[in-house]
Amino acid sequence: MARSPFRLALARFLKNRMAVACTLLLALIVALCFLGPLFFPFTGEDSDFDNISAPIDLFSAHPFGTDDFGRDLLVRVMEGGQVSLTIGFLGALAAGVIGTLYGAVAGFAGGRLDRLMMAAVEVLYGFPYVILVVLLSMLLGGGNIALFAAIVFTLWLTPATIVRAQAQSLARREFIEAARAGGMTNTAIVLQHIVPNTMVLVLVYGSLLVPEVILSESFLSFLGIGIKEPQASWGNLIEAGTAQMETDLRLLALPGGLLALVLFSLNFIADGLRDAFDPKERL
Amino acid sequence: MILEARNLSVAYPLPRGLISRPAPLTVVHDVSFRLERGKTLGIVGESGCGKSTLGRALLHLLPAAKGEVLWAGENPAQMAPETLRKARAKRQIIFQDPIAALDPRMTVLKSLTRPLATFEPGITRAESRDRAAEVLQRTGLSADYLARYPHELSGGQAQRVGIARALIARPEVIICDEPVSALDVSIQAQVVNLLLDLQEDLGLALVFISHNLAVVRQMADEVMVMCLGRVVEQAPAEAFHLSPQHPYSQALRQAVPEPDPLAERSRRGKALQGELPSVHAPPPGCVFASRCDRARPECRTTRPELAPRGAALVACPY
Repeated sequence: MARSPFRLALARFLKNRMAVACTLLLALIVALCFLGPLFFPFTGEDSDFDNISAPIDLFSAHPFGTDDFGRDLLVRVMEGGQVSLTIGFLGALAAGVIGTLYGAVAGFAGGRLDRLMMAAVEVLYGFPYVILVVLLSMLLGGGNIALFAAIVFTLWLTPATIVRAQAQSLARREFIEAARAGGMTNTAIVLQHIVPNTMVLVLVYGSLLVPEVILSESFLSFLGIGIKEPQASWGNLIEAGTAQMETDLRLLALPGGLLALVLFSLNFIADGLRDAFDPKERL
Repeated sequence: MILEARNLSVAYPLPRGLISRPAPLTVVHDVSFRLERGKTLGIVGESGCGKSTLGRALLHLLPAAKGEVLWAGENPAQMAPETLRKARAKRQIIFQDPIAALDPRMTVLKSLTRPLATFEPGITRAESRDRAAEVLQRTGLSADYLARYPHELSGGQAQRVGIARALIARPEVIICDEPVSALDVSIQAQVVNLLLDLQEDLGLALVFISHNLAVVRQMADEVMVMCLGRVVEQAPAEAFHLSPQHPYSQALRQAVPEPDPLAERSRRGKALQGELPSVHAPPPGCVFASRCDRARPECRTTRPELAPRGAALVACPY
């Protein structure tokens, strides 16, 4: 009988065909990347010296051929997808959580604390991204953790400002006064009233954040300061592919195409979520 | 004395510029009253006169700038944070906009039982559910409503939930901030009667904030009239309704339409003339002088203090 605002929005989302189709497509790609390699007897780092730079032959051992080290391209793309998708979703989650808490505290507290916290955000906004990544890689000794930290470190800023604006308007609502009259501590109010009421915004923005994280990872790997060979990611596969795009387009087309599909479907999912949670609806 | 205000003033800080450091804006000046168990204080005045701000300050949701609030003789501003949180159980509030007063993402059950988690920490889930159903029934809604979300309630139902939430921790005082003005007239009477019943059964003290004199007449034992942050008249309800003393109170009274059409037609209805002064630049004299048809030159320069006249305190010597 009682339908929570979230369930109502979910019902609206499920009526949006494009968004549902894109969700399925994304699920398919995720399943492919994580389950696909199990069906092959070799990994993406094993070289098959009998088949170096093999062309596409869907019925051979290497359906999409191999690269110039004899590594299976399809398996490398799937393994690279695991890295890119994991960093994408975990990065968006971490940036979303940090940004939400930071923004909720700043917006709810207001006054001097708010001004200080948001000034810090502005300073960090101004920090050159690539330099930050290089610095963090040096600090944390390189590797995937440094890359992940750097991405999260730059991407939590926007969710923080979005949530802060929402928290500011929520803090003036009467149910917050009722909560204070009900003896709740500020911490409890932020966690139990402010944060849940910003979740819709964060969910919509977070679904746009995932492609942003994947793109950053790809961009940094492309520049050579992200995921290092021999480990694959979509970014460094695309980089390797562009080097040979004039002679052998498939090395670029397969990882590039999958990345494009993921970004495309995430954008439509975000769109669908935004429409489903339209603030004009009574929430 | 369950609730008392002594020379209470409340101020809002103004946003600071780069160089300017404006003094806080005082919106409630020098309010004093005493409220006993089972009694109702009606606070009336036009929009922006500070009556809601006063209500918040009485619950220590806003700090007192000067003077003090006493909760059963104790000043909440001097309580330790933990003591203050526990003491809030006995002092609750209901709001003008009943839907905005409920968290849109919480069911009625969650909204009602949340205060119990604070005030009675050991309470079990089943007990608090029973208590929620009990207060909800007390306000005239069945336990079926516990599973609903605010967007599934009408204004009147949401206000009943708001009242149930205020009641659940067994309060002594409830501040009612325009509790019926957002409701349909037919629902208003139901909610007013509900409040009167609850007051009688539970011995509640109420502070009833309203711009509607007719409702205040039905509820209040004592009436306080505010204008631009200052009390201009404070009187026992009966005396007040028989003959309001301050010109501003009389103007408010005349704005109430008569139910009898003949009486209404012959009523000397005159709208207030003149400008309402800005709270940012309050006049040096009487707060009502700019709109008062009996104002004398000295009214605009010296502010009359509250002085006894009969049973009332009136801030007008004329």
